[in-house]
Amino acid sequence: MLKDKARIVRELGKIVGPNAVICEEDELRVYDTDGLTIFKAMPDVVVLPNSAGQVAEVVKVCHREKVPFVARGSGTGLSGGALPLEGGVLIGLNRMNRILEIDYENKRAVVEPGVINVWLTNAIAARGYYYAPDPASQLACSIGGNVAENSGGVRTPKYGVTTNHILGLEVVLPDGELVQLGGKTLDTPGYDLVGVFVGSEGTFGIATKVIARIMKKPEAVKTLMAVFENLEDASNAVSGIVAAGIVPVSIEMMDNNAIQAVEKGVGAGYPLDAGSVLVVEVDGPRAEVEALVHPITEVCEKNHVREVRLAKDDAERLLLWKGRKAAFAAMGQISPDYYVQDAVIPRTKLPQIMAYIADLSKKYGLRVANVFHAGDGNLHPLILYDSRNEGELHKAEEMGSEIMKACIGMGGSITGEHGVGREKREYMPLMYTEDDLEAMKKVKRVFNPDGVLNPGKIFPTGAKDVKAGPSGQRGIVEKVLGHS
Amino acid sequence: MTGPAADTIAAGGFDRIDPPDTEIYLDCVHCGFCLPTCPTYLVLGNEMDNPRGRIYLTRAISEGRSKITDRFVEHMNLCLLCRACETACPSGVKFGFLMEAARGQIERNYQYPPAEKRFRDHVLRTFTDLDRLETLTGLLRFYQQSGLQRLVRASGVLSLFGRLGKMEALLPPIPDQRLRKELPEVLPARGQKRARVGFLAGCVQRFFLPQVNASTTRALAENGFEVVTPREQGCCGSLLVHEGEREHAKAFARRTIDTFERAGVDFIVVNAAGCGSVMKEYWELLHSDAVYRTRAEAFSQKVRDTSELFAQTPANGRLRELPLKVTYHDACHLAHGQKVRQQPRNLLKAIPGLQLVELAESDFCCGSAGVYNVFHPEVAQKFLDRKIDRIKETGAEVVVSANPGCTFQIERGLKERGLGIRVVHPMELLDWSYRGAMPSGLRRI
Ligand SMILES: Cc1cc2nc3c(=O)[nH]c(=O)nc-3n(C[C@H](O)[C@H](O)[C@H](O)COP(=O)(O)OP(=O)(O)OC[C@H]3O[C@@H](n4cnc5c(N)ncnc54)[C@H](O)[C@@H]3O)c2cc1C
Ligand code: SF4
Ligand code: SF4
Repeated sequence: MLKDKARIVRELGKIVGPNAVICEEDELRVYDTDGLTIFKAMPDVVVLPNSAGQVAEVVKVCHREKVPFVARGSGTGLSGGALPLEGGVLIGLNRMNRILEIDYENKRAVVEPGVINVWLTNAIAARGYYYAPDPASQLACSIGGNVAENSGGVRTPKYGVTTNHILGLEVVLPDGELVQLGGKTLDTPGYDLVGVFVGSEGTFGIATKVIARIMKKPEAVKTLMAVFENLEDASNAVSGIVAAGIVPVSIEMMDNNAIQAVEKGVGAGYPLDAGSVLVVEVDGPRAEVEALVHPITEVCEKNHVREVRLAKDDAERLLLWKGRKAAFAAMGQISPDYYVQDAVIPRTKLPQIMAYIADLSKKYGLRVANVFHAGDGNLHPLILYDSRNEGELHKAEEMGSEIMKACIGMGGSITGEHGVGREKREYMPLMYTEDDLEAMKKVKRVFNPDGVLNPGKIFPTGAKDVKAGPSGQRGIVEKVLGHS
Repeated sequence: MTGPAADTIAAGGFDRIDPPDTEIYLDCVHCGFCLPTCPTYLVLGNEMDNPRGRIYLTRAISEGRSKITDRFVEHMNLCLLCRACETACPSGVKFGFLMEAARGQIERNYQYPPAEKRFRDHVLRTFTDLDRLETLTGLLRFYQQSGLQRLVRASGVLSLFGRLGKMEALLPPIPDQRLRKELPEVLPARGQKRARVGFLAGCVQRFFLPQVNASTTRALAENGFEVVTPREQGCCGSLLVHEGEREHAKAFARRTIDTFERAGVDFIVVNAAGCGSVMKEYWELLHSDAVYRTRAEAFSQKVRDTSELFAQTPANGRLRELPLKVTYHDACHLAHGQKVRQQPRNLLKAIPGLQLVELAESDFCCGSAGVYNVFHPEVAQKFLDRKIDRIKETGAEVVVSANPGCTFQIERGLKERGLGIRVVHPMELLDWSYRGAMPSGLRRI
């Protein structure tokens, strides 16, 4: 509980106005969790500023009073990143949701952080442009949240993640100073501080303006749905496509449980009896795109595909994507709760890890729905459970950590795109040595010396004793940064 | 299709009469997909006023972690019950039922301040009691026609009446009630009879928009439907369901079911989206009523919006040119509540000469939302302004609306801005086309 809460609330109210301060428990409750509901932490106060100036003033108060604070976009995060673990002030950025500038000639847009990801594409689509990073949550998540989490999307195999599309940022540092990082061009002189900030999970500062690249739509796009009897064939097909040197925009995979949920929720046309489907998209100049369809089909056929269906028009393509992107959000159709893992593996290991997850599912007696970015080896096993059954959540967490360890064992990592946040902080030692972590903390201290911004995230507290696995990556940061 | 029996539920901070159904909020996976489609979230900008937040707050009470507080009531009442969140939700959360149940709990277990309580009762009684509405429309027509309205408005005296004064501004022009009396009890089908349908005349529609009912019944008859308009029918109870007066609403629902069962009809046709939506869900309202439960299910299955009926049986007869540029507004209780989107558009496209231009954000609530604009005029105005902006962009001469609440609200918004755009019901356009009679004052294209 915040000391002097009444005084601080009054002062914050003067900055943002009475309609932008929330301080009673029966309202604050809605801010105590995000897209991952297993963790909860209630803020003492929520403020909803509508300008960078207001954010800076609010942060100055927090800094002066040593009150912890944290930013929140749309609260769709899946690692508990936006939770105020030590209470304090939560700064909601959803009211800062204006698109400030669109510069088609120089292919960039300036937006406020609360702009919903898909709004940007919607605003520029009529002129034939789009914003490439498209997390499955793009209907709801904010661009500020995407910057913080360095979110990926279904276009990641070809177009990369958020950081590849951010040119510059306006940031309020944890002491309230407003600074500009990067600029309006792709490569500004000096250190790439934008690159450092993107993916810092809300622990380096609060982004109040984002300068993003926008892109011209390619001449042609083709989307294929390949239907397989089982996960193994589909996994082998993914490896085959990549091995053939084809760079699709996306290769997404869904298993039967995921298909059931999606079809109930959205009705996108996925066959209900399929063991697994792949959605593969290619884009580029028309001739090139046409030429890619055949080899992809061939690889699928080699792997016993039942059917390859080419979306006949844009409406059908968009429906396939609507279904795929709604998969997590449709889980309520088949289970009261789900716990998603976000581990990464080298793509060649897909068949093994899928088999391993199926075994774990039997061992723990919990169903799993797999729906994930197969093209970049970023798994999303959704462990289905019912929080009303005693002990089931715990089992789900245990099973999740076994999956994570197996992935690291195969040379992968604990998170692909959802971030470490609160959820995976105790698992960081699986990947990094103490020196690695210390080096990272040094970087954090440059931005956030007092640790008042978003405390309790990313770094292990030692609450869980995880044994370091045999990881090829351990020691990497140490090697790069030395021991100083 | 049925909810659990009331006495088996651990209702937490709620009582045992129709508590919010646990299964509904357990369907919510907290993904946030519904947030950007929720009008109140976009306008008010806080998470208590979005679907995910409202579900979460309801759940906390249901699980005994919180109580029905002033602020809870405020956020629940600020919900438009537009159900845009249901359209957006991949997990199929039945938000409408959850909200209606929660409002029922509020109505019984929360004490409004006395003045607020009187105001609410007054508004709800007025719009759902036909006798009262009849007397009122007579008085109001006199008020508007006699020049009294101009006088009163000019005097500024309305500001003394606070919210009732603001209500005055919401009044639509009251039409001549003689038009209404023309609606016959049975209108025979023209040509080959396709079915016998029962027509719900509605409360507001009947008194304030009698021309819409006249057009609807004529167009139905023209298409081979024998139209029965039972004299003894009353209010369907939709406003009461939305405002949480469930017991009162159930009585209305039972009476409506009785009336149309007696009429012996194949379908019950409704031309007001809000009424149709609630009647299609009588099965839920009456799920714990041993006598009416199955009858309600059978009744709900027979309910059709007018445009649905025409989609099943394509338009008959000769449609004449109607050279108008129109745009279509999706009433929430048609698009989100009944998932009827394409049928009215197809109907309009079938009219020769008529040009349909799409309205951006066509399914974004206009702020009428039953009596929302009476209870929350300032917030409602924001939705209305947004709607009028979009309408203006289309350059249409006519806005098509299939719900009386939307019609009044949009008409008022257009008038405030001095725009000469007309608001009409799809059945009016169809009727005009049949009769080859377009009202004067409309610009042809
Ligand atoms: C159904 C579903 C599907 C998803 N699919 C994907 C996917 O395909 N790919 C993917 O990468 N993620 C996915 N996610 C995860 C999530 O949507 C992303 O992490 C997203 O970027 C979070 O955005 P948000 O606005 O909801 O942020 P929040 O959850 O509100 O916050 C996330 C983090 O960002 C910080 N933050 C927010 N705004 C700012 C700001 N302006 N400045 C600094 N820090 C800030 C917060 O402090 C917090 O640490 C999915 C989530 C769901 C529920
Ligand atoms: S879209 Fe559905 S599941 Fe997702 S938060 Fe909204 S109500 Fe819950
Ligand atoms: S019914 Fe409408 S106003 Fe109410 S929560 Fe759903 S979208 Fe928002």
